[in-house]
Amino acid sequence: MLAPFALCGCSGVQSALDPAGDESAIVANLFWVMVIGGAFIWIGVIGTLLFAISRRERPVSDAGAGRLILWGGAVFPSVTLLFLLAFALWLMPGLRPFATPADASMTVEVTGKQFWWQVAYRLPDGSRVAAANEVRLPVGKRVEFALESDDVIHSFWIPALGGKMDMIPGRRNRLSLLATKAGTFRAPCAEYCGTSHALMAFSAVAMEPSDFDAWLAAQAEPAAGVSGEGREAFLRNGCGACHRVDGTEANATIGPDLSHVGSRKTIGAGILPNTEAAIASFIANPGAIKPDAKMPAFGALPAAEIDAMAAWLKGLE
Amino acid sequence: MMQPAPRLPDSERSAQADQLRDAWAAPTGWRYWTSVNNTQVGLWYAGSAFFFMLFAGVLALMVRVQLAVPGNDFLSADLFNQAFTLHGTVMMFLFAVPIFEAVAIFLLPSMLGARELPFPRLGAFGFWSFLLGGIFVCGSIFFDAAPSSGWFMYPPLATDKEFSGIGADIWLLGLSFIEVASIAAAVEIIVGIMKCRAPGMRINLMPLFAWYLLIVAGMILFAFPPLIAGDLLFEMQRMFDWPFFDPSRGGDPLLWQHLFWIFGHPEVYIIFLPSIALMAMIVPTFAQRPIVGYSWIVLAAVGTGFLSFGLWVHHMFTTGLPQISLAFFSAASEAVAIPTGVQIFVFIATMLAGRVIFSTPMLFGTGGLAIFVIGGLTGVMVALAPFDWQAHDTYFIVAHLHYVLIGGMLFPVVAGIYYYYPLINGRKLSDGLGRLAFWLMFVGFNVAFFPMHLTGLRGMPRRVFTYPDELGLNLLNLVSTVGAFVFAAGVLVVVVDVLRPKHRQPVGKRNPWNAGTLEWINEPQHNWGVRSIPQITSRYPLWQQPELAEQVNDGRWYLADAPHGRREGIVTSVLDARPIQVLRVAGPALITIAAAASLGGAFVAMTFHWWVVTALCAAVSFGAILYWLWTGTGEIPEQATRRAGPDLDLPLYASGPASVGWWAMFITMIGDGTAFGSLVFGYFFYWTIHSDFTAGAAGPGATWPMISVTLFACSWLLTVAARQLNARARVGSMRLALGIAAPLTVLAAVAGFWGPWQAGMEPTRHVYPAIVWILVAWTLVHAALGIVMQLWCLVASLAGRLTPAHDQDMHNVALYWHFMMVTALTAFAVVGLFPMAVT
Repeated sequence: MLAPFALCGCSGVQSALDPAGDESAIVANLFWVMVIGGAFIWIGVIGTLLFAISRRERPVSDAGAGRLILWGGAVFPSVTLLFLLAFALWLMPGLRPFATPADASMTVEVTGKQFWWQVAYRLPDGSRVAAANEVRLPVGKRVEFALESDDVIHSFWIPALGGKMDMIPGRRNRLSLLATKAGTFRAPCAEYCGTSHALMAFSAVAMEPSDFDAWLAAQAEPAAGVSGEGREAFLRNGCGACHRVDGTEANATIGPDLSHVGSRKTIGAGILPNTEAAIASFIANPGAIKPDAKMPAFGALPAAEIDAMAAWLKGLE
Repeated sequence: MMQPAPRLPDSERSAQADQLRDAWAAPTGWRYWTSVNNTQVGLWYAGSAFFFMLFAGVLALMVRVQLAVPGNDFLSADLFNQAFTLHGTVMMFLFAVPIFEAVAIFLLPSMLGARELPFPRLGAFGFWSFLLGGIFVCGSIFFDAAPSSGWFMYPPLATDKEFSGIGADIWLLGLSFIEVASIAAAVEIIVGIMKCRAPGMRINLMPLFAWYLLIVAGMILFAFPPLIAGDLLFEMQRMFDWPFFDPSRGGDPLLWQHLFWIFGHPEVYIIFLPSIALMAMIVPTFAQRPIVGYSWIVLAAVGTGFLSFGLWVHHMFTTGLPQISLAFFSAASEAVAIPTGVQIFVFIATMLAGRVIFSTPMLFGTGGLAIFVIGGLTGVMVALAPFDWQAHDTYFIVAHLHYVLIGGMLFPVVAGIYYYYPLINGRKLSDGLGRLAFWLMFVGFNVAFFPMHLTGLRGMPRRVFTYPDELGLNLLNLVSTVGAFVFAAGVLVVVVDVLRPKHRQPVGKRNPWNAGTLEWINEPQHNWGVRSIPQITSRYPLWQQPELAEQVNDGRWYLADAPHGRREGIVTSVLDARPIQVLRVAGPALITIAAAASLGGAFVAMTFHWWVVTALCAAVSFGAILYWLWTGTGEIPEQATRRAGPDLDLPLYASGPASVGWWAMFITMIGDGTAFGSLVFGYFFYWTIHSDFTAGAAGPGATWPMISVTLFACSWLLTVAARQLNARARVGSMRLALGIAAPLTVLAAVAGFWGPWQAGMEPTRHVYPAIVWILVAWTLVHAALGIVMQLWCLVASLAGRLTPAHDQDMHNVALYWHFMMVTALTAFAVVGLFPMAVT
């Protein structure tokens, strides 16, 4: 029964057991402690049960049996649970501290949509850097997230960094996470949100603070390749009605912001590698890749035109 | 009568037996299906529930095939979503709860030494409602129209018509219909346990199964109504655009989550406790001794029942509620592990203090415990909010809940099948097949579900139709799929063992396990339950009253005959089981099927928005129920008393708290009041989440609501007065009082309606007018029923079926009106006065 566990190990970009954050590390430890404790309790209970079944001679007296119920069924779980609960409650305030307005630095606003993520970095000076389907954060600095939803309930979860928080229409939930290791992690939507719930994820990239600052500064400017070929086709075919590309007249927020789409780890909200071919296939028929996606299919366009747009988008780094 | 009657000569005894046999005979031919007897209805109920379970099991296998490898396209995303939604829905609503109702209906009368539950037609009505509703819900997937929003139907996903289509309506209406059946069963079970025990079976001598069922039926009464209230709000939003869960118009999706989980968490214990109850019957039999710690286990079960209502928020740990509430609900969720621990240790202690005979039922029982304890331990883990933030909505939860439900419910139920099968036709199931089934199920289950703990923590959310290749989840998922098929093979062996023809197998001896409880006195070949109803003086009568079985079968105890050819049982007092009445229960009837079918028709038609058909079906159903009540209840017996034993004469008619009908009304109204309370909770919920919850809209004002309350109060006082006048034989005054009360109720309802109407409250505009209208509408519907009841008494009095001495109906209607008055007072005080109090 344990074989698959040994075979798989415990590492993974989407694993809560391979922590790269403050909360996830504490919770992973809590988990392992509980697993070991639980295993001992299970062996104890089932061992007693098997002993009770197999014993043929000299039944225990009623008084003895009563004592077993008292100590094994009531006192032992009460005491164990009291300690466990006290420990967990003591942990809670420290796991997700929230910045006071005075020392608020950057807030990352993430809005869940069917089936992608709108992201905006709200900086202390009030400026706002828009992105989508990828969240970057500096290692060693606590980052506060403001989580909302426009349509149905989604849930924001970066397993390697910490637990999840729901995104509920009409509410603004807060979450704070502290990455302790640099790396790229995968973050799936954790509340069932419709047909393509399984195809809604984003990449979370924890970067060294200096790299992060440089990256954020670059994100605030139009991409270098914004004037390249394919831009014309992008605008001509009405893509700007839903998408925004900084440095062009495309300025809509219905679909994901594509200003720097070429530099993202994945496209289609965590489901395809970021290559020209994948972008082209998504433009041609999003519904085939992601059922019930809101974006219309553009497969009727000439292949060359789709390829040109894909190449241009891939160049927006 | 503390001593049995002398043994009669053989000829007289066989004449008595013939009378009983005739009175209780099940109908034959197609009329077999009109039977309402607990033996037939219980078996049909269990058979249907198992059929639905197998159906949902096949859906689960399809889900597992789809997930066997990453990026699989065995099922489309949409079909997968329908499959998992229906799997959860069917297992919870069409198997786990109904199977316990089925077992209770089948077993309770014989365990209590009764011949039948008090309302056989209600039981049959519940069964037919369940069957029709179940077929409707399950059948939807064959038309690609099954619900696909997950079994807890979170809005706004499930209120979005574009996404959820007709499937969500099928879920809401089909299951509301089934919830009606569950509440009917709960009423039947509670009254049966409280009022229909054998004489002398004081409440502290009841078999543990009865204790558990009493607790569980009570929980149903408080757990299902919030869901029904939630369904009502949900359907009002879907059909008429009342914005209860739409944040843009003041609604809140979280209200549904609260209402759903106030139902949903107790539901887990509603499923789990009856299975523990089966264990509490099986373990003493095979330990060959009475249970150790009878009061411990009863108190623990009561404690579990209470605590289970204070845990619901642990399903909402990630919704962003304040940490202080998370801490409170974490603590409560941990606390429920303590009574559960007590119950498990009661079994272990009983085995230690006895000598255990190991058997197939014990194999399933202990295997189930081994699985359940793992589920309990992971439950302790996820009850801690910080760990739940990671585990919530992942495969860790999928593993946890299946360990709890399959270990805590399915294995004990299979143990129960192997244990109780001889009560069906006197033959045991096969030990060899039983053992094979056990090992396939036990091994398959663990292979399928144990890896899921890891799958979840390695990042696999639940309800995903596929997963990427590179996450390291491939092997874990493949192993789970293989395990699922092994498990299914085990279930199939059980099915084969149950269904294989057994007529060549000799009928075994009665009480084949040498059990101590009363149900084993039963002779499966007779429909009558017990030959005579015994006097009970101990918890394990077959062990502690060694002469009893023979005395009962010789017809030496109560009601050994049926001289009038009627089905009769004894009603006893609630606590000490003194015999107080001989109750005549109904025999086979078509009207219950007609009532269930027409009510089902109304729900189905509503799903498709066929309003005319809905109205027609509802009218037919209403007429059928009135006909059923008129012909089947409150019958005035041809003689006042009946000889029940050599020196015991019991009345054939009782009214007020001495009658079972009064208790049924009382219990039903408790459930009804809970649903109403949930709607009032909704009103105050909206008030707490908004700074100005009226959103500037005009309210109904205080005047009209207060006029309405005053008129309701007059009508109520007149109804109560009518009962008193009738009891004092002042029949004319009684009729006058009722004749005035009914039109007063009409005026009260009009005044109640006029308040929000004259203020121009538009329910689609904002949630405030919507919730006001819901409270008012609820009251008005109850007022309409109140009028029907007042007129019913008037007509019954004129028709001579309600007299000063036979005033059951009048008592029950007065009782209804007490609840009616509380409802009207609450509703109109809330909508009329509360806005003034806070502004």
